[in-house]
Amino acid sequence: MSKSVGQSKLRVDAYDKVTGRAEYTDDLCAPDALIARIVHSTIAHGMVTGVDTAQAESVPGVVKVLTCFDVPDRPFPTAGHPWSTDPHHQDVADRLLLNRHVRYYGDDVAVVIAENEVAATQAARLVKVTYEEYPFVLDAQEAMGFDGPPIHEERPDNILAHTQIRRGDYETARQEPGLIRVEGWYDTPTVQHCHIENHICYASMEKGRITVVSSTQIPHIIRRVCGQALGIPWGKVRIVKPYIGGGFGNKQDALYEPLCAWLTTQVGGRTVKIDCAREETFVNNRVRHAIRTHIISYVRPDGTLAARKFECFSNQGAYASHGHSIAAKGMGAFPQLYPCDNIEADAYTVYTNRPVAGAMRGYGIPQAMWAGECHLDDIARKLGRDPVEYRRQIVMPQGYTDAFSKNCNYYDTFNQVMDKGMAAIGYEEKRKAYANQTGPIRRGIGMALFWYNTAVWPISLESSSCRMVLNQDGSVQVQTGETEIGQGCDTAYAQMAADAIGIPFEDVHIVSTQDTDVTPFGTGAYASRQTYIGGFSIQQTGQMLKDRILTYAVELTRQTRANLDLVDGQIVRTSDGQVLMSLGELATEALYSLSHSQHLTAESTYQIKNNAYSFGCTFAEVEVDIPLCKVKLLNIVNVHDCGRLINPALAEAQVHGGMSMGIGYGLSEQLLFDPKTGRALNNNLLDYKLSTFMDHPHLQALFVENPEPTSPYGTKALGEPPACSPAPAIRSAILNATGVAVNQTPMTPHVLFRAFREAGLFQEGETAHV
Amino acid sequence: MSIQYKHIQCTINGRPVDKMVDVRASLTDLLRNDFRLHSVKKGCEVGECGACNVIIDGRCYNSCIYLAVWADGKNIRTLESLLGPNGELSDIQQAFVDEAAVQCGFCTPGFIMTAVEILESGKEYTDDQLRKALSGHLCRCTGYENILRAVKKAMYRRLGKPMPEA
Amino acid sequence: MYDIKALYEAHSVEEAVRLRVEHPEAQIIAGGSDVLVQIREGKRAGAELISIYLMDELRGISLDEAENIRIGSLTCFTSITNDPIIQKYINVLGEAVDQVGGPQIRNIGTIGGNTCNGVTSADSASTLFAWDAVIELTGPEGVRRIPIQQFYLRAGKVDIRPGEIQTAILIPKASYENCYGHYIKYAMRNAMDIATLGCSVNVRLSPDKRTVERARIAYGVAGPVPLRASTAEAVAQGQAPSLALADRFAKAVLEDIHPRDSWRAAKDFREHIAVETARRAFLESVRLAGGELA
Repeated sequence: MSKSVGQSKLRVDAYDKVTGRAEYTDDLCAPDALIARIVHSTIAHGMVTGVDTAQAESVPGVVKVLTCFDVPDRPFPTAGHPWSTDPHHQDVADRLLLNRHVRYYGDDVAVVIAENEVAATQAARLVKVTYEEYPFVLDAQEAMGFDGPPIHEERPDNILAHTQIRRGDYETARQEPGLIRVEGWYDTPTVQHCHIENHICYASMEKGRITVVSSTQIPHIIRRVCGQALGIPWGKVRIVKPYIGGGFGNKQDALYEPLCAWLTTQVGGRTVKIDCAREETFVNNRVRHAIRTHIISYVRPDGTLAARKFECFSNQGAYASHGHSIAAKGMGAFPQLYPCDNIEADAYTVYTNRPVAGAMRGYGIPQAMWAGECHLDDIARKLGRDPVEYRRQIVMPQGYTDAFSKNCNYYDTFNQVMDKGMAAIGYEEKRKAYANQTGPIRRGIGMALFWYNTAVWPISLESSSCRMVLNQDGSVQVQTGETEIGQGCDTAYAQMAADAIGIPFEDVHIVSTQDTDVTPFGTGAYASRQTYIGGFSIQQTGQMLKDRILTYAVELTRQTRANLDLVDGQIVRTSDGQVLMSLGELATEALYSLSHSQHLTAESTYQIKNNAYSFGCTFAEVEVDIPLCKVKLLNIVNVHDCGRLINPALAEAQVHGGMSMGIGYGLSEQLLFDPKTGRALNNNLLDYKLSTFMDHPHLQALFVENPEPTSPYGTKALGEPPACSPAPAIRSAILNATGVAVNQTPMTPHVLFRAFREAGLFQEGETAHV
Repeated sequence: MSIQYKHIQCTINGRPVDKMVDVRASLTDLLRNDFRLHSVKKGCEVGECGACNVIIDGRCYNSCIYLAVWADGKNIRTLESLLGPNGELSDIQQAFVDEAAVQCGFCTPGFIMTAVEILESGKEYTDDQLRKALSGHLCRCTGYENILRAVKKAMYRRLGKPMPEA
Repeated sequence: MYDIKALYEAHSVEEAVRLRVEHPEAQIIAGGSDVLVQIREGKRAGAELISIYLMDELRGISLDEAENIRIGSLTCFTSITNDPIIQKYINVLGEAVDQVGGPQIRNIGTIGGNTCNGVTSADSASTLFAWDAVIELTGPEGVRRIPIQQFYLRAGKVDIRPGEIQTAILIPKASYENCYGHYIKYAMRNAMDIATLGCSVNVRLSPDKRTVERARIAYGVAGPVPLRASTAEAVAQGQAPSLALADRFAKAVLEDIHPRDSWRAAKDFREHIAVETARRAFLESVRLAGGELA
């Protein structure tokens, strides 16, 4: 029986968010909090030789200036991964709260704490830092074996990690006579999450413990990292996560919480706030790894893949953060999406002097799909095949099972999503209509697939915990450690909980705030796991609570346990469907009974040892103004198989957002760096070209609902997947329109100008008037 | 250095206000800190994201780059003014709820106030015109799709016309 | 909270001029969409400000006795776009400033502030250059009027002398009469962006529409300050409008413009776009003027 799941219930937080009542971190912070301003390095690589704080300290209102010479010498990791008790699988601990060895332009060197914002800002400008400068390097491949001091001494060649996949015998297989060789290098940029709420946190002390209120996706992980960074027992730290204004992975990392926690200890436990400026969010939080990928495919004339080689170079930036996990996940897609018997794949994650790369929506897959899908189009073109028709031949077939993850492709999903996408956009007619175009303005249609893994098992722990508490009126509080970050998991959880317990959706009260003192342990919002992972513990805990309720109902109704059910908030005798009492009546009695008082609650953890493939595609139609080097996106359709939809309206909304991010990835977004200094050039919302309202066409989101067999609710990943395939689909459409294959994203006018000029398109354009 | 203040009188959400204002304060500072109008959000503080948008004398402004002292004599409205006396949502707020136009919610108050200006004009806008009128706001969650839907829906309802098929 | 040392508020031109004389170091703030951003960046942190924002006498658009268009310096972009005089005589200016930032910026940003910044990318500037606008400054010695080309001294520096404020921008009747123009803002986004290049063209055709009596073209971001492309103008003058003329006119701009390489765009790319936008803006101007292509 399922009543709530599958319905487009209104968001449980919508009322508060449209009235301004939803409180975010800054809304909760006391007005008398001390303000911390961070002094950032003005060189990209070097050693701090001295910090002169005298002038800064003389600014009225300044409470304290702390520097990289003051912080504990205790390196800590920041990645928002579940901790591993196996030292070999622990995240790399490579940074201090403030750093003497500065490794990117903007590294954290000192902090001013002041009574107010103006004093803090003035004083931060007056802190004088002297450096011994080292050569710096911004490119991942150049950083490998760079002739200069290593960015981290433990990694003399700057390579953070290198892993590989070997299948069959690539070298022998590529010797097969008659093979067609297709080779390409595909580049992706450094981009940023651009949640509208900047990262912000504040910390204070009470009873010898530190409380940090933070705009984070991962409160329980932040507690652990703060404990590690400060060298204090983890239980001495309490993290509170209120509503947050978006995260997209940036806040799946310990950002400034450890520093803020330490600062409050330096001012006697007074509240200290670190409120990142937008410019800092761009440079001093996390970015998406820029990855350069090299693919060589040996293809038989019939299109089958004989041998393939893959190399990728992932730009880690200055500190490890999520590190190699991103490149490794991207590489993992390569042998699976288009299976081939002979594969040689290598992924390198390399320290550079760029801002730190961490998690971002898609976690390596947008980069991998950019490279892999562009390359697939290049093969199709070389073979003279249609991109869709060719993919149907070689894409992961139904029944494919990955040996490592044990993930299975249970359905004919790829063909289903392509069929749906083709029909929605009118692929075949347009493909025909756009053949053989001339003139300055041309249209094109293209597509790309994506592969995605829902959660992190078996690479990492997957578990979720849930607590349910029955109120006197029969309503239920539900708490989980997985966090609402805008994606709508609170609403989906309320729907699942309602069905698991057997009560109306309205009777579920989701506790949105996570507070590590009271919230059951959960690792937070990341991967695309919330709905999938949370579902296990919600169903299990809901059934436990229901069982306790019905066990208590036996006493009140004198029926057997087997003859009782909880349906829509009513205790029902199953044999004849008779309603015996309401859950509210039962709950009141249970609490206040003079003979048997019991607070009915349930709490449980479920460890998930499964994972789920999530697939889909993007179809895009563009109009290319060749002389102006501009692409106008006319139509775009994403089709997803994310299993059964828990809430169709919210699922659709989430796909829109991912498509938007994917469009920006394809056409406009890129964080740029000054090659002379390493400084970010466009770390603000004017110069970083996030799509505006006027830069999108109508976004169409469609679904194929093949229930995921391992999930209690038949669901799987949707959060990140929408951002994975738009960019290569747009590239495919531009290729269709112009015959020009662009191998770097974003495909800005600057890039298209060079590409079109090289392809000789301008001569033609100039005689034909627009 | 002594702080310079200025006495201002203005109307905030229908209420007359008499206030000594630090001349260094932005209108965002004034509304958030002095009046706890927390719907006014800070996303960039340089007029690029629209999260701090409020209506001043009928027109939308980014309150982050508007000096608080300029509020003297003005009529200022924030999202908090839209709610009915018994907590009823206004039509545009309800449309944002119904159309799933809200995700993280951080850009939402600013968007809704621009929508209010659009709706109060009493005009019928095309999709392209609506996109332009709403283009001062950045949103990372929605791709703007459902926000457009919500504003359109509320606009047609106020105009008493059926919403055309997309 | 901005790092502002002191704020002086002017409520009349006279008061503004007096404050300018009394506080020569102080920065004028009009709508503030640039000045406040600069204070926050640290560039003007700790500045003294003279706020002229509340001087309503500098708002509004009118025709003077000689039918020159007078735009008060504090008129915001939205008001310019919506103004009937602008729409009737120099609609292109309204269209150009309607592409500044987003609606909120267009409500606060003023045409005076846009020009006094002295930046080459200002969306109003290329059209004002192309229409031979005159800048009116008022100072202790009275009113001074200079052509906009002389007002821009170098990047970020305009000819505002001690004690002066900009009070109006004038479009002479001889400049706008029978004249039609088109502005193309070339930017990376369709909103909330600064121009990679701005191209404003206008033409006056002969009464029979067969001859280009006068063509004017100005650019933003084709040099350190906005500039006119006089070689191109000379190519078109007296000629019959045609596609071929559009081509020659457009290519001739390369004689006059000198964009630079920057991280925002490369010189050769800007040159390419300058030619293409010149061609398109020229053809559109001819069309608006009622001309037919030979």
